[in-house]
Amino acid sequence: MKVEEDFKVIENYLCIQMPQEIDHHNAKEIIEHADAIICKQEVNNLIFDFSKTEFMDSSGIGIIVGRYKKISCFQGKVYAIHANMQIRKILHMSGLKRIVEIVEEM
Amino acid sequence: MNDYSKVKTGNEMELIFSAISENEGLARVAAAAFVTTKNPTLEEVADIKTAVSEAVTNAIIHGYEEEEGKVILRCRFEENVLWVEVEDKGVGIENIDRAMEPMYTTKPDMERSGMGFSFMEAFMDELEVTSVPGEGTLVRMKKEIGVTPWIYEE
Repeated sequence: MKVEEDFKVIENYLCIQMPQEIDHHNAKEIIEHADAIICKQEVNNLIFDFSKTEFMDSSGIGIIVGRYKKISCFQGKVYAIHANMQIRKILHMSGLKRIVEIVEEM
Repeated sequence: MNDYSKVKTGNEMELIFSAISENEGLARVAAAAFVTTKNPTLEEVADIKTAVSEAVTNAIIHGYEEEEGKVILRCRFEENVLWVEVEDKGVGIENIDRAMEPMYTTKPDMERSGMGFSFMEAFMDELEVTSVPGEGTLVRMKKEIGVTPWIYEE
């Protein structure tokens, strides 16, 4: 992951370009970078961009829920864009659709 | 579930690898490659990858608590039914029922969602977990191949 390219702050939105595969192995890196920016830049809303992502397991749920908790006290919202069928299924089955809005484009 | 060792086998494979997180990707790709000979649907391949990824991650972070060890992945076909086993010789699970509850995790500090077993159960047809504390854990899963199209409820 390249922090400058994959983590972009636009107004009070943090847009995270998620990697090709999201599992326990690379979750830690995403969490560390995201939290550093959320703390420092006071972003309210999160956009997870899955356009490059081909695989995600429950580690991805941990990433999204954990970040949601960090921004929910600012009435922030969480969006998922460009999610493929596998990722949509995971979001759906985990009940995450209650806190994540799935959109095609932003 | 039937005894895995008594299954009349078609093709089978066994993969033994170090319990390090880099190998989570190796394990699920190996399982996915193994099933391609049976013309699985895209959804079935995705389901199997997810289930294997969950089981192997559990073995690495819970079974071996991120210490050294070996994880064994076995895949076997009985006609068009895939059997998958993921085995570790780690710490084992004291209370399997509790471990299998959705959202239950012993590692909330690591931002684990507690959805691992729920996903294995949801994405495969059958799931069976046996464990002896101090000796290890065996996760056994079964899935029929060539039947599941993409179904997605909006």
